[in-house]
Amino acid sequence: MSVRIDEHTDHMKYTDDMEAIDSDIMDQVIAEMNAFDPDQYTEADVRAALNADTCSVENFKALLSPAAMPFLEEIARKAQMETRKHFGNSVMIFTPLYIANYCENYCIYCGFNCHNKIKRAKLSAEEIEKEMKTIADSGLEEILILTGESPNMSDVKYIGEACKIARKYFKVVGLEVYPMDSKDYAYLHECGADFVTVFQETYNSEKYKTLHLGGRKRIFPYRFNAQERAIMGGIRGVGFAALLGLDDFRKDALATGMHAYLLQRKYPHAEIAFSCPRLRPIINNDKINPKDVHEPQLLQIICAYRIFMPFASITISSRECARFRDNIVQIAATKISAGVNVGIGGHTGEEKGDEQFEIDDGRTVDEIYHMIQENGMQPVMTDYIYV
Amino acid sequence: MKQDKLVIGGHEFDSRFILGSGKYSVDLIKAAIENAGAQIITLALRRTNTKDAANIMDYIPEGITLLPNTSGARNAEEAVRIARLAREVGCGDFIKIEVIHDSKYLLPDNYETIKATEILAKEGFVVMPYMYPDLNAARDLVNAGAASIMPLGSPIGSNKGICTKEFIQILIDEIDLPIIVDAGIGKPSQACEAMEMGAAAVMANTAIATAGDIPAMAEAFKKAIEAGRSAYLAGMGRVIEKGGSASSPLTGFLQD
Amino acid sequence: MIINGEKQTLLEPVYLDVFLKREGYQKNRIAVERNGEIIPKSEYEKVIVTDSDTLEIVTFVGGG
Repeated sequence: MSVRIDEHTDHMKYTDDMEAIDSDIMDQVIAEMNAFDPDQYTEADVRAALNADTCSVENFKALLSPAAMPFLEEIARKAQMETRKHFGNSVMIFTPLYIANYCENYCIYCGFNCHNKIKRAKLSAEEIEKEMKTIADSGLEEILILTGESPNMSDVKYIGEACKIARKYFKVVGLEVYPMDSKDYAYLHECGADFVTVFQETYNSEKYKTLHLGGRKRIFPYRFNAQERAIMGGIRGVGFAALLGLDDFRKDALATGMHAYLLQRKYPHAEIAFSCPRLRPIINNDKINPKDVHEPQLLQIICAYRIFMPFASITISSRECARFRDNIVQIAATKISAGVNVGIGGHTGEEKGDEQFEIDDGRTVDEIYHMIQENGMQPVMTDYIYV
Repeated sequence: MKQDKLVIGGHEFDSRFILGSGKYSVDLIKAAIENAGAQIITLALRRTNTKDAANIMDYIPEGITLLPNTSGARNAEEAVRIARLAREVGCGDFIKIEVIHDSKYLLPDNYETIKATEILAKEGFVVMPYMYPDLNAARDLVNAGAASIMPLGSPIGSNKGICTKEFIQILIDEIDLPIIVDAGIGKPSQACEAMEMGAAAVMANTAIATAGDIPAMAEAFKKAIEAGRSAYLAGMGRVIEKGGSASSPLTGFLQD
Repeated sequence: MIINGEKQTLLEPVYLDVFLKREGYQKNRIAVERNGEIIPKSEYEKVIVTDSDTLEIVTFVGGG
């Protein structure tokens, strides 16, 4: 039976039922983040970053600083050049599939959290198969399986069954589920999972503790080390994200980049991906909040990720509008979701559970496919072979 | 400002010039070391006989770190044997691993070098492997316990400069140990180039040994290495390669 | 006995340090291998060499 975790639980300490790996990456990332003062960077630092052949950590920091904002056009051009060098003109298309929305965490900003009285559901194996078949018929070859974070209601075996079904219909299977032990990741890899993405939300552990008041998610290091455990379990690629706007987004973006950078150095074979979710600022608010992530700031961060890790996959969320998405895939993002339905069972028109958030870009696979083509890019459904 | 030290296996050095002692007369060693400002000198191990009037160690000033190499080793086993003998002479734990079984190009054998590194690191040596600049092999050397990585710039003694520049840059960017460019550096300008790239140090021998005035060339290298290091630390200035900027901005779409 | 690949006759067994001194080697400049095994310097006074031994005696020379 798992340990009960509430707002009195020490968020920096593993509970007894969690696998604690021996890794110093968390300490390194946090030290780097704490030492980062975005305001100390100057125009000259940004110019040096734009001029560098390979982007150093210092260059990355300069690109994330407020001093970089006046250089956004040049940064976008450099990012575009790096994207073209590594990805040509291809843009990957995938869709997320929510198979369950049970959740045991209490994250105060989230619609799925365990205190919200929403309609909870999980799909049966038959329902998953039906949804996947419908999705596969739209031409997609990559799927991202999501659950809420309930190891009790959506256990590893359940997720494994979903992976096995997905393997029949898709060439690439990603997971965005609760963090688990490396042996569980190994099992899911055996069932067909290729990629694991875990959002750290914020890398500021003091802030983190005030936002995550209950459930296993409260334990900061267990979540932080999920990607490393996934790699140890044989998962091919791992994804990283901070929910930009929860805390100082510049520091969170730096930490996200460092997290990926240090893991890639430790495990050079691992494929790296970034997601870039943000809290939308309240428009028409009189007060200008320096922590707000408006479109220019979001573009800045995505471009900085690209320049820092030119080979990484960057996914653009359907929570962004069509205009932003259409442009960002021509600059720095390489992966875009299409035909998105965030309810449970929404693809076959029999929604039985509520959605986590509202999407902004609800275009179909066909519409996204044609948008990419019309912009002179090449839509790609999959680019690799399962091994 | 923070002091700029070269740290190898926990030992600190101010000089970033590792000087070879081969191919020139022992009489010139002291002047070469002094003019080079070198703190690390490489040596080789050979059979001795008592008729040798001069021993090179009598010519090396106090306080200089000796870095014996394993030249002559054709595989890991021989390199390990030479390293153990070198340590037994009694001049410290530093060892430059050099495994070569190609008499034409004298290129190092990375695979055997990794094996020797692993054994010697476990025995407490400060292992500085000479290698062909391959990222995967360099990572293996790190895991094997190397204290630095010494990729070749071009074939030993060729004085051709840094022909492997792109690959050495990758090692500098990806490997957390000091990267010391060894072999092939023919001129001070090439040593400077290596330092500008971010190399931690440069090792040179033939370029100095074959110069007209050995101590003078040692000094020229010293200055070039210091200049390159300063340039690296200063951050290189911008180079404008491209012409004018495009007409339609990429960021014109931004709204909120 | 064989020293550095050359044959030499040793009339009677002798302590290594005595032998080295007699032959003119400087102890702090060399390393000695007897029959393929390194002899630590601290053992020179205890090890006895005989005419059937093979010795390698090495020192540093210039090198890159």
